[in-house]
Amino acid sequence: MDKRIYGLENEYGLLYQPKGRRVLLVEKVIWYLFNALNPVACSSNLFLDNGARVYQESGSHPEYSTPECDNLLDLVAYDKAGERILENALFSAEQELRKDGFPGEIFIFKNNTDSKGSSYGCHENYLVSRKVQLWVFLEALYPFLVTRQIFAGSGKVYRGPDGARFHLSQRAQHIYQKISDSTTNSRPMISTRDEPHADPEKFRRLHIIVGDSNMSEFTTYLKVGTTALVIRMIEDGFLGRDLELEDSIRALREISMDLTLRRKVRLRNGREWTALEIQREYLNAAESYFSSRTPDPAVKDVLTKWALALDRLEEEPSLLRREIDWIAKWGLIADYMSERGCTMDDPRIWMIDLQYHDIKRNRGLYYLLERRERMERMLVEDTVIRSMKVPPQSTRAKIRGDFIKFAREHNKTYSVDWCSIKLGGFEDRIIYCLDPFKASDKRVERLMASSTAVSIAPVCSV
Amino acid sequence: MAQQEKKTERRRDATEDRETAPNPKVAEKGKKLKEELDTLLDEIDEVLEENAEEFVKSYVQRGGE
Repeated sequence: MDKRIYGLENEYGLLYQPKGRRVLLVEKVIWYLFNALNPVACSSNLFLDNGARVYQESGSHPEYSTPECDNLLDLVAYDKAGERILENALFSAEQELRKDGFPGEIFIFKNNTDSKGSSYGCHENYLVSRKVQLWVFLEALYPFLVTRQIFAGSGKVYRGPDGARFHLSQRAQHIYQKISDSTTNSRPMISTRDEPHADPEKFRRLHIIVGDSNMSEFTTYLKVGTTALVIRMIEDGFLGRDLELEDSIRALREISMDLTLRRKVRLRNGREWTALEIQREYLNAAESYFSSRTPDPAVKDVLTKWALALDRLEEEPSLLRREIDWIAKWGLIADYMSERGCTMDDPRIWMIDLQYHDIKRNRGLYYLLERRERMERMLVEDTVIRSMKVPPQSTRAKIRGDFIKFAREHNKTYSVDWCSIKLGGFEDRIIYCLDPFKASDKRVERLMASSTAVSIAPVCSV
Repeated sequence: MAQQEKKTERRRDATEDRETAPNPKVAEKGKKLKEELDTLLDEIDEVLEENAEEFVKSYVQRGGE
């Protein structure tokens, strides 16, 4: 697969469940979490050894951004590493809370909705060429984004006025327009916030915010992998606007509400197609586009899994119970309802819907399935553990991660950002690293080598 | 067309054969699957909060992004 920089950002839901009478505001709980992540920095905005960033998003959500990754498997690994980092922070924070007289439990959910209809996102970032005309680009992409939820959705028990129903997507009912710079009101599928963290004359950031947070490694892989292939075809002018939908937002919601996957949506050319048919068009285009290029195992793997997913969705979606989040969750709920004789209006079902996303592994239901070998994994756990500490070795994240480790080990005052590293105190040097594909920088190496004096200032990373 | 009908018929025969002679291995597997499912659901009940309704309702966040 052609090199591209990817990043995933997840906003997590946070809840404190008191034991006894002492309640605690979530604003306080998040402070305990950040303190657990870095007791010295006293900051709610941290870059970590693995090059990732954790910060407090508006609404007291902990948000984790993967470091820059240049391949899909790294991206899946660093996204999972984020869950584990927060899980560790959860344990430490609970311990500190107990010492302070709060014996309750912290819950961190990797989902996108709460009980009152608030939503928080999973944002995908793709570095794309500045040469492409954005508006042409996006019209060819929307129908793909609207329909990919049939394999990328995380499933949601949606409680409406006429009872609870199961939807494919967590996020679909919270999206109101195709594109805008607004994120909290009238959320779009694509945010125009263009922060390439690279040479802005060459690159722009494509910021997709319509997707669900995924628990399944396979689902994350397929979601980002297929999207990357479609983006490549559009960049190359291979896809036109034939699949343009008459009303993308309506289609997004209607497809999400239909578990049979038979719902047809209207295209601008008057035809009516199912999400599966539209996905088939994209897959066929990709197969033909990539067949004329140098064979690439990474591309082939995505194409094979994409074809397999569409075949099974057409034949019998439950065949993807090990791979796709919404199908795994729906299978669990359907089994529970039939064995326990309850309906979807039973609060235990709402709880299953929520707890599927619990990142505490001995409590979360996705992890229960994983433990019982009912989920397909893309990674071995050792890779995830390594990704918590070691940055990706082939992108700028390596410079950042190695620098942070150096500064901490030598007790240096420092600060870093996506594009810069700064040594504070006496040395007071800042270096800009604008190329995210570059995994080493002689200037940074020289700075670290020449910096030997022991600093007495507190280590702080902002 | 005629050929297709013939094929369908043959398939039906095969199904009937299977139904008349239940395979003990399949029955055993079915039993095992059921047991696995029971254990799984019991484990879910163990981790679900006692008061699911109250818990879910208390899960209120502010919108993100």
